[in-house]
Amino acid sequence: MTQERSGADILVNSLERLGVEVVFGYPGGAVLPIYDALFEHDTIKHVLVRHEAGAAHAAEGYARSTGKPGVVLVTSGPGATNAVTGIADAFMDSIPMVVITGQVPTPIIGTDAFQEADTVGITRHCCKHNYLVKDPADLAAVIDEAFQIATTGRPGPVVIDIPKNVQIATAPWHDGPPQRRNRYNPRTHGSAEEIARAIELLANAKQPVFYTGGGVINAGPQASELLRQLQALTGAPLTSTLMGLGAFPADHADWLGMLGMHGTYEANMAMNKADLILCVGARFDDRVTGRLDAFAPHSTKIHIDIDRSSINKTVAVDLPIVGDCGEVLAQLIEAWGTRKPQDLTEWKARIDGWRARKSLAYPRTLEAIAPQLAVERLFALTREYDPIITTEVGQHQMWAAQHFGFFGPNRWLTSGSLGTMGYGLPAAIGAQMGHPGKLVIDIAGDASIQMNIQEMGTATQYRLPVKVFTLNNEFMGMVRQWQELTYESRYSNSYSDSLPDFVMLAEAYGWKGIRIENESQLDAGIRAMIEHPGPVFVDCLVAKEDNCFPMIPSGAAHTEMLLYGDTVEGTMDDEAKALV
Amino acid sequence: MMKITKEHEERHVLTVIVDNEAGILAKIAGLFTARGYNIDSLTVADITENHSVSRITIVTHGPPTQIDQIHAQLERLVPVHKVIDLTENGPHVERELALVKVTGTGDARVEALRLADIFRARPVDTTTSSFIFELTGAPDKIDTFIGLMRELGLVEVGRTGVVGMARGTQGV
Repeated sequence: MTQERSGADILVNSLERLGVEVVFGYPGGAVLPIYDALFEHDTIKHVLVRHEAGAAHAAEGYARSTGKPGVVLVTSGPGATNAVTGIADAFMDSIPMVVITGQVPTPIIGTDAFQEADTVGITRHCCKHNYLVKDPADLAAVIDEAFQIATTGRPGPVVIDIPKNVQIATAPWHDGPPQRRNRYNPRTHGSAEEIARAIELLANAKQPVFYTGGGVINAGPQASELLRQLQALTGAPLTSTLMGLGAFPADHADWLGMLGMHGTYEANMAMNKADLILCVGARFDDRVTGRLDAFAPHSTKIHIDIDRSSINKTVAVDLPIVGDCGEVLAQLIEAWGTRKPQDLTEWKARIDGWRARKSLAYPRTLEAIAPQLAVERLFALTREYDPIITTEVGQHQMWAAQHFGFFGPNRWLTSGSLGTMGYGLPAAIGAQMGHPGKLVIDIAGDASIQMNIQEMGTATQYRLPVKVFTLNNEFMGMVRQWQELTYESRYSNSYSDSLPDFVMLAEAYGWKGIRIENESQLDAGIRAMIEHPGPVFVDCLVAKEDNCFPMIPSGAAHTEMLLYGDTVEGTMDDEAKALV
Repeated sequence: MMKITKEHEERHVLTVIVDNEAGILAKIAGLFTARGYNIDSLTVADITENHSVSRITIVTHGPPTQIDQIHAQLERLVPVHKVIDLTENGPHVERELALVKVTGTGDARVEALRLADIFRARPVDTTTSSFIFELTGAPDKIDTFIGLMRELGLVEVGRTGVVGMARGTQGV
């Protein structure tokens, strides 16, 4: 059946048809017709955030925890520009997201109209694709393609900019799905030769390491299952990037922990000494490789990635396989058949030697709670709930990655590549929307949490029982740490002065506030947080000047890690300082 | 003291077939600036009867690993159908068109016309004291011609940038 509908109705009906359940947004002049159309629909739930940045991160949290695309709706001008950080964040971390932005009416585009911004221009290089829709007749097909692009291949954010007059003007609406142009068809399978070559390398490796990343999570829960199967067949030890945590269980004997700048000694040493590295859905990021010319120097490298541009970008590999991690893992398992792996006893004994360095050990004092201990206790006391953990960005994020164990995919939501402070609270709200009954905890820092703290109001409004567990050291801890290590402890602007009383703030928003001041209150405070049915803010006061170790300093190799207790010089040469 | 060092660089000619949609040129040009790649020249025009597809030719230079990245990054854009590295793929033709304005009288003017003839440059506008020559050829030939005209009263140059095509029977 064909009937005339307004652009706004076509948009809302299209979202409905695509199975969208939640939209995170904030109204404004240029999206009033869409908000009016939403008013009539009860199948799509709209979550009103307090700032558009919150909408974008909430959509990311929803997408990462459910695997479904997050949907954002914001107005033109400042609405769109406020969402840009979240769009860039989703782009860098490959999160499926569709962002609908209002735009001034087409006749006044380009006239510097009220709340006009060149949204398509501004987002061009921080989204996977974007559209400016000038005719409501194009809307249904554009929205359909936008969801296809956002969710297939390497996932990412897609922006649809819709001028206000296009929302009001009408076009024919067809009940069936729109005709697809099918111009976006990423390769998903490895070739038979590539798979055969990979199997030959895997079967002959004496010191193999699996190095896995967010691509495994993005390929869906079955990819994590397949990864475990292939690991079991080959017996290879496995390490993961920050983005890939949870794809492999943290209590497995062959789990090496996270690798890279704040990874474990055993993971980094194993990478350095490996004869074969199987990289699955990771991209040799600078935080992983450290000094490039000293990265995994003795290894043959296989790289499975759905994005061809991730291959040979920074590290040259011997066997690239462009394809979906899940599908290629299935191909590898099938091709492995009944083969027997090499005897890895000697290799694993060497790894055990590195493990014995206990690189995650940390100093404890009587005066203050060690932040690592706080994370360990949080992990121990919440493990039975299979919680979803989000983080902000900084030391607390790395401590969470090091000391919290993950056992399944979609449980660990963190801003990895862009490193966006203020990500964790809105992401927790989004995750809680997707998992109403689940324990969702934002492990936060005192500085990061203030970047989107206004979203506490959103949690209150929708009765979302998110928990914020703040490691409060009264510093931008990671900035302070770098200043200590590279700028002779000149703490330029890294002290969190004038902190609010977080417990009072929580209560002002209708949350429960808990302050933990010493070790004896730690377990009880965490338990009280879990048991409270509503949102809780825990202000956990921790040691102020603890450093996050182990650490590979900028410009150093995997073999040059700093561990707790190492003497650290107060400065670095200019080459090292110039690295990010 | 820290110094900035440079790697060995190569010149490559890329042909990019794209959907002829709003913003595609900004997307491609912007990709180059955003990732710090070089554009020596860029030409674009639609090449299909229904104006749905455009052909872009980009001349770039950079280290070989960067050229490979440029190729991959271009292919990653949704409206990009195909990227061909003509330099990598083997023998190909490169042509550009130039308009060259030369002023002068007497011997210099005669010499300009004589050289233009050797280069098969056509005068497309003439006054008693000036010519505009139209010249097509590989970039080298145009460089050489412009170099010669500089001595004979060159006042203005316009160049289209390179378009290129692989030799042989195969189409893109």
